Amino acid sequence: MHELSITHSVVAICAERAAEQGMDTRVTRVTLEVGKLSAVMPDALRFCFEICAQDTVVEGAQLEIIEIPGRARCRDCGGEVALSELFGRCRCGNANLDLIAGQELKIKHMEVAECAQPADALARTA
Amino acid sequence: MCTTCGCSGTNGVTITDPATGEKQVATQAEHDHAHAHAVAHEHGHAIEDAGGDHHHSHPRAYRPVHEHGRRFLHGHDHGHDHTHPHGHEHGHAHAHEPIGSGVVALHARVHRTTITLEQEILAKNQRLAERNRGWFAGRRILALNLVSSPGSGKTTLLERTIRDLQGQLEIQVIEGDQATVNDAERIRATGCRVIQINTGTGCHLEADMLARGLEALQPSPDSVVMIENVGNLVCPALFDLGERAKVVILSVTEGEDKPIKYPHMFKASQVMLLNKIDLLPHLRFDVEKCIAYAKQVNPAIQVFRVSADTGEGMAGWYGWLRGQSAGREDFGAIA
Repeated sequence: MHELSITHSVVAICAERAAEQGMDTRVTRVTLEVGKLSAVMPDALRFCFEICAQDTVVEGAQLEIIEIPGRARCRDCGGEVALSELFGRCRCGNANLDLIAGQELKIKHMEVAECAQPADALARTA
Repeated sequence: MCTTCGCSGTNGVTITDPATGEKQVATQAEHDHAHAHAVAHEHGHAIEDAGGDHHHSHPRAYRPVHEHGRRFLHGHDHGHDHTHPHGHEHGHAHAHEPIGSGVVALHARVHRTTITLEQEILAKNQRLAERNRGWFAGRRILALNLVSSPGSGKTTLLERTIRDLQGQLEIQVIEGDQATVNDAERIRATGCRVIQINTGTGCHLEADMLARGLEALQPSPDSVVMIENVGNLVCPALFDLGERAKVVILSVTEGEDKPIKYPHMFKASQVMLLNKIDLLPHLRFDVEKCIAYAKQVNPAIQVFRVSADTGEGMAGWYGWLRGQSAGREDFGAIA
């Protein structure tokens, strides 16, 4: 279940970056790029995300996962081939392929919200 | 609890030297992986600073997309704010014009920004793995990461390799298991230096655990370090430790289609040891088919058919080891 450890890293990175933005910054949305050949299951990430985000500034954030399909280039003919598994064959029959897409495991961007509580306004109505 | 290593619970990573019985528990203070708590900068970073290795304060170029939307949220929605020690006296509160009259007090203005990160999730492990790789290269140490499912015979294979190559290659071992020092005790019985890493809840070794293990092991220059990973055909494929090559062990008592069932591991490995071949007469296992599957996933994989029990076929594996060990001028990872 490496997704737990990977999700933990996602939350840690986002929390660290959010902290750089300021004390009251919360993360409201996290967008990941996950390759379909990365050996990481998006559903497992979603399952772990809520748990890992608990009691952090990432708690409550929406998790968006962009799945990237697998693609490879043939070492023989140079042609490109779509892959649904980690291995396959080029149209020319060669199985010696270089993966060029589908192994991504990346945080694309995150949305943060600064929650400003005007202290003076609060004081006025107190 | 930290989910990487289970720290602050009872399942933390421990490093045991079976020769002395000395046991180190990796507590939070020893960690350099960042914790996910919002106020992580209060503890985690201090450790990195002390190590003279300061990564966190180099933010990439942000391309903030401001969205000065007039969105309002109820202030009391943010329940977690109250659990944090910091107050709300930040300066920018004054920048906001009161809107309406008494309503303002009940609402907080939310300022949303999108931050482009483009950050590899496993970048931290990768960076630490490269550091380990440099550490090995500086000492001309050949490091191999042994991976397999549980019960393939990794430890038996290591025991035999160490005994057979005694006087030819100096081998030292880092053992990775979720629990017990049983494997380390077996390796120690061969007279070899060994350190046990127990990952607790963790299902694989990571580069920082290996770095701590190496600190305890202190392997000699010009030697071979065998890292026996946690028995698992999935996760260890994703975590580079800084090794020169991964060696996957598959035993003929498992299915011959394991290479295509668990392709990541076979793709990430440079060598496959097909173990327990002495049992073939008792099994329905198509060796040729198994090797064809492995080559289908990884055309460059080198295969040796061995029996760690009888010693059959081990000479081929030893030849590969000697060759790698002799080629010490290039200690980068094999592509």
